[in-house]
Amino acid sequence: MIAFEGVTKRFGPWVAVDDVSFTVEDGAFCVLIGPSGSGKSTLLKTVNRLVVPDAGTVRIDGEDIAALPAEELRRRMGYVIQSVGLFPHWTVERNIATVPSLLGWPKARVRDRVIALMELLHLDPERFRGAFPHQLSGGQQQRVGVARALAAEPRILLMDEPFSALDPITRGTLQAELATIHRQTGTTIVFVTHDMDEALKLADRIAVLDHGRLVQHAAPRDILARPAGDLVRDLVGREEWGLKRLAVETAGERARPANGGVPDGEPLPGDTPLRRALSEMVSRGTDRLAVVDEQGRPAGVLHLGDLVRP
Amino acid sequence: MIGNRVLFALAVAAVAAAAALPFLGFAPNRLLSGRPIPLSAALELPWGLAVLPGVWLLAAPFLRPGRGVLAATVAAAVLLASGLLALAGHHAAQLAALASPAARTSFGSGFWVLEAAALLAALDGVRRLGLAPAARIAVGAGAALLLAAPLLAGQLDQLSILKEYANRRDVFADAVVRHGVIVAAALVPTLLVGVPLGVLAQRRHAVGRVVFPVLNVVQTIPSIALFGLLLAPLSALAGAWPGLGISGVGLGPAVIALTLYSLLPIVRNVAAGLDGVPAPVRQAARGMGMTPRQVFLRVDVPLALPVFLSGLRITLVQAVGLAAVAALIGAGGLGAIMFQGLFANALDLVLLGAVPVILLAVAVDSALRLAVALLARSPA
Repeated sequence: MIAFEGVTKRFGPWVAVDDVSFTVEDGAFCVLIGPSGSGKSTLLKTVNRLVVPDAGTVRIDGEDIAALPAEELRRRMGYVIQSVGLFPHWTVERNIATVPSLLGWPKARVRDRVIALMELLHLDPERFRGAFPHQLSGGQQQRVGVARALAAEPRILLMDEPFSALDPITRGTLQAELATIHRQTGTTIVFVTHDMDEALKLADRIAVLDHGRLVQHAAPRDILARPAGDLVRDLVGREEWGLKRLAVETAGERARPANGGVPDGEPLPGDTPLRRALSEMVSRGTDRLAVVDEQGRPAGVLHLGDLVRP
Repeated sequence: MIGNRVLFALAVAAVAAAAALPFLGFAPNRLLSGRPIPLSAALELPWGLAVLPGVWLLAAPFLRPGRGVLAATVAAAVLLASGLLALAGHHAAQLAALASPAARTSFGSGFWVLEAAALLAALDGVRRLGLAPAARIAVGAGAALLLAAPLLAGQLDQLSILKEYANRRDVFADAVVRHGVIVAAALVPTLLVGVPLGVLAQRRHAVGRVVFPVLNVVQTIPSIALFGLLLAPLSALAGAWPGLGISGVGLGPAVIALTLYSLLPIVRNVAAGLDGVPAPVRQAARGMGMTPRQVFLRVDVPLALPVFLSGLRITLVQAVGLAAVAALIGAGGLGAIMFQGLFANALDLVLLGAVPVILLAVAVDSALRLAVALLARSPA
């Protein structure tokens, strides 16, 4: 659990973070969002003490992090940045092994961990272990960046716009993989972005910042249902609000019991976002789709009308 | 069509030099100026065949440049450079057999132009081939061996420069060692002061704003003037505390002056190397939990090393040259031989001092260039 208590940070006369208080629960995926200069990245850096607050406290599991040695604190968390920052003079293997090596893990354990992480991030260990960062594509570099951050099995992962420099397809793939990793490992993730679609896709809690102040801290669907103020309304998109709303609910939640016939065609998994479901209806030219649950058993039918039901 | 303009220009210069300039000079003794001997007079069989590789070099500019042509050009150029040495040595021996022991045969201006053209053609070819470091070592060692072969075989013994060497055999070895000692003695304080100063200048801009202008000014002082400027205070110091072992002349001031000159390239390149470390890499290193010391040793140092080595190369080459001037204040070294020759108007004695200085500088330069290339290839 990460608790921000009245955190304030000034750079000269500029107030980057202004009296921010909220809590990130264990295992949460918390996205900090806001326009440029809103202080989201500065706030993230107070967690690993790359930024030291002028006032206020950051606590992890109740413990004031100012009381811990900075290096020890940082080795307990993963850290991923937009420009990746891989060590250009080290191989992929050594890059991923950075923190375990700092912690003095035995060589064999480090090796096994590197291979496991490369497989988790879909990097062929045989092909890439000995490669240098400049030999990788941007997407592969950030995969290594994420693997490096996860290396020492941190309970907290800090990510500072990790995917915003990638092309949309690579970004989408990595977002999906990160969501899977989050589900599998239960790591608490604090993720900075300026992209609301990314936030809605990944977050279970969204903290909206503006001019260093916390404007709203809520679950994605509450942000959409009750945006606090004009900034949040702008972020969720005045024109595409409806589509964003559809993105945070799933077909399984809205499907009705299949009384009678089940429609033809490939059924949708229950966890498909409604936005995807709408897209399927348009492309298949139908107004109803079969829905199945995780085990592939019929779970009802989704009608076009179900999408607009309040 | 001309495929290789550099080679063509060198060939034109070489042909002109061969036709118009004396290949050797022959004098009855070391103080008189010599009678010019053109290349044509030295071209007798069988040693005249030594210039045969030159025919390839005259044709090569017009061939389509490929790797085969380039490799053949490098080989021909090195063979020609070595052959010219052997030919000059052979002709000198022939002349010596007919003349008095005091007679001297020296290299003429035509020889120097031809030799320089051949070596430049070889260098140009190697550069165009773009060889890997290991291959470059092999080619360099092979070329050095070929060029040294006539010397080692005693083929050049009747040339004036080697007669001067024979007269000063003991002094020469000492001078080479002394030259190395001056450079090495200046290198130690240069690194001890320069590296920390470079690190500091990069971290604190205030330091850089003071250090760089000062070192730039030092760099513009002519070396003889700097030696002179140091003479007075060091003599005064020596007079005040004779126990210190300092004096206004000799090794001490030479090392101080050389250190002052050497600081700028070292400080500048240490700072530039550290500036070149990408900020995100440093941020990631800190964010991973490296201590400031670990960030410096594991990230900053390895990433700044190639630029630092370039600075070291500039410093050492410059110091090898400047150490020759230090002979003027009694520091000894190869400069002492050069100045003896200058004051005695014996050109070959000047060469006996100057040629090893050049060879030393070239050797240092190549060794450090190679180190940089090796680092670039294996970043770990």
